[in-house]
Formats: sequence, C-alpha cells, structure tokens
Amino acid sequence: MKSLADLEAIRNKTVNKVGLRKENAEETRIVVGTATCGIAAGARPVMQAFVEEIQKRNLSNTFVTQTGCIGVCRLEPIVEVYAPGQEKVTYVKMTPEKAQKVVLDHVVNGKIVEEYTIGKAE
Amino acid sequence: MKELSLNILDITQNSISACATKIIISVEKDTKENLLTVRIEDNGKGMDKEFVKSVTDPFTTTRSTRKVGMGIPLLKMSAEQAGGEFKLNSELGVGTTVTATFKLNHIDRVPLGDVGQTISVLVSCNQQVDFLYVHKSDGEEFKFDTIEIKEILGDVPLNEPDVIMWMQEYIRDGIKSINGGA
Ligand SMILES: Nc1ncnc2c1ncn2[C@@H]1O[C@H](COP(=O)(O)OP(=O)(O)O)[C@@H](O)[C@H]1O
Ligand SMILES: [Mg+2]
Repeated sequence: MKSLADLEAIRNKTVNKVGLRKENAEETRIVVGTATCGIAAGARPVMQAFVEEIQKRNLSNTFVTQTGCIGVCRLEPIVEVYAPGQEKVTYVKMTPEKAQKVVLDHVVNGKIVEEYTIGKAE
Repeated sequence: MKELSLNILDITQNSISACATKIIISVEKDTKENLLTVRIEDNGKGMDKEFVKSVTDPFTTTRSTRKVGMGIPLLKMSAEQAGGEFKLNSELGVGTTVTATFKLNHIDRVPLGDVGQTISVLVSCNQQVDFLYVHKSDGEEFKFDTIEIKEILGDVPLNEPDVIMWMQEYIRDGIKSINGGA
C-alpha cells in the first residue's frame, strides 16, 4: 500500500536533484498528442512507457508532457521529441515498445530512430 | 474507447482547454442500484445553451459552424449503450459539469480501467490545475486531492517520474481498498 509518507520520502530524496537541475537547465521534452484520436489510438500507454523508461534509467532532465491534436489522426499516437541542440523529431504510430527504443536510442544515445519518424511513414 | 478512464482523460482535457483551475473528477459505484456514475466538474469558461446542444449532437447541427469534436459524443454513446444517461450542464463564465451513468452489470458497459494512470497523466501535465478525485463505492470513499499533494512536495514538481508512479499506485491502492474497481 502506498502512503503519503512514501510521497514525503520521494520528496526528500528528490529535492536536492531538483535544485541542481535548475542550474544546468538543458532538458529533453517528450510531447505526446492526447486529443481524442490520440487517446483512442493508445496515447496513454505510450506516455506510461516513456515515464517508466525515464524512471528506470534515472534520466533526470527528461520530461513527458501532453498536447492536443498534433494533426494526422491515422498516424496516432504521435510523439514529438525536443532534445537539446536538436530539431524537433516527430514519431508516429507509437507503441510502448517503440517508446522504450526511442528513450534508449534517441534520448540516451542521441541517435534518432529514423524508422519510426513521420518522414518514413508518409 | 476501451476504458472509461480513457474517456475521463479525454473529457477532462476539455476542462483544461477551457482554462479551468479546479477540476473535480468523481466515480461512484452503487451495486444495489446497479449504477456507475462518472462526473467531471470544472470552473472553466463554460458554454452557452445553443453550443451545449451542438456539442452533444454534432451530427444534427450545421457542420460549417465549427469543427465536429468526438470526445463528448463518444462518452454519450458509451453511456447510452450501457443503459445509462449522459448530461452536460454548463454556464458561461461559471463552469461545466459532465455526468455519465452506466448500468453496472450491462453487457455493453465498458470497464472503468486504470484511473490511476489517467489521473497521474492529468496531474503531472497540468500542474497549474487543482484536481480532486473522489471515488465512492457502496458507501465507502477514497479521495485524492492535489492541493494536499502539492503541499507535501513543495519545490518538487508533479512531473518527476517517481512522483507520477507514486500517484498511480496510491490511487490504484485507494480504489482497491474500498473495493471500487468496476
Ligand atoms: N468543459 C468544457 N468547458 C467549455 N467548453 C467545452 C467543455 N467541454 C467541451 N467544450 C466545448 O465543446 C467542444 C466539443 O468537445 P469535444 O466533443 O470533446 O470535442 P473536441 O474537444 O475535439 O473539440 C469543445 O471544442 C469545446 O468548445
Ligand atoms: Mg475534447
């Protein structure tokens, strides 16, 4: 059973990390399209996979957020990755498995997973 | 949608788009009445009467006036196919309440699914909004209030992966502890 005391422990463990992070502000943002079509196509489990993978690998400057409709319903779930010093990369027809690969290859190792990008799908 | 919790995620995003600062999401299971009630209540910008009509019945209105959204019609359909009802109450400048009911044991009722995941997504991605989640099950109640959570966290943001995962499990455990699964 999770309790509020567990949350306090997380806070105490994390608060220093948060302070440090403010100083070196470079962060990676992973934006998942969660309009109706995105949700129906499986955006929530994709977000979940990103969060789990980030937690597992302890990536302290990477965050997952949501946005409305990114555009093309038939290519949902759509995910945009904004990494420091890089152009935005748009991944389409995402799945939890693909999300794991994007974290490892792109976020950790800086190598775009070309086969999942919107350029390859069209 | 495969889970009602996905409809909740979708409908609540309307509240966020409407600039709500306070959102109350509630799920109530009443076994005796054979009823499941899902409600999303916000203090966003609201809609006028005409508009409310046009969003619940998108196909009966002139499509040129606005883009047809599917979120509200999908939840309405889901409620009605499970012997329930859909209600949309809204007042301009005050807020909006969406209520969907379902016959709990109806063969076409979609399962509630993972509310913990839905709430944690909403909360972590919309830190400026105060969320209250209330889950009632045959007289018992579980509450999750982000005002309390934010107080405990202080400077630690709600989108820390450890915090997101904690919220999910805390909500799942809370629902389980009152036998609120549906
Ligand atoms: N809680 C709300 N507050 C204000 N306006 C709302 C709310 N919910 C829905 N609306 C209005 O109704 C429209 C239709 O909603 P919906 O069926 O979810 O489709 P979509 O979100 O794709 O437009 C929204 O675009 C918005 O203008
Ligand atoms: Mg919507």
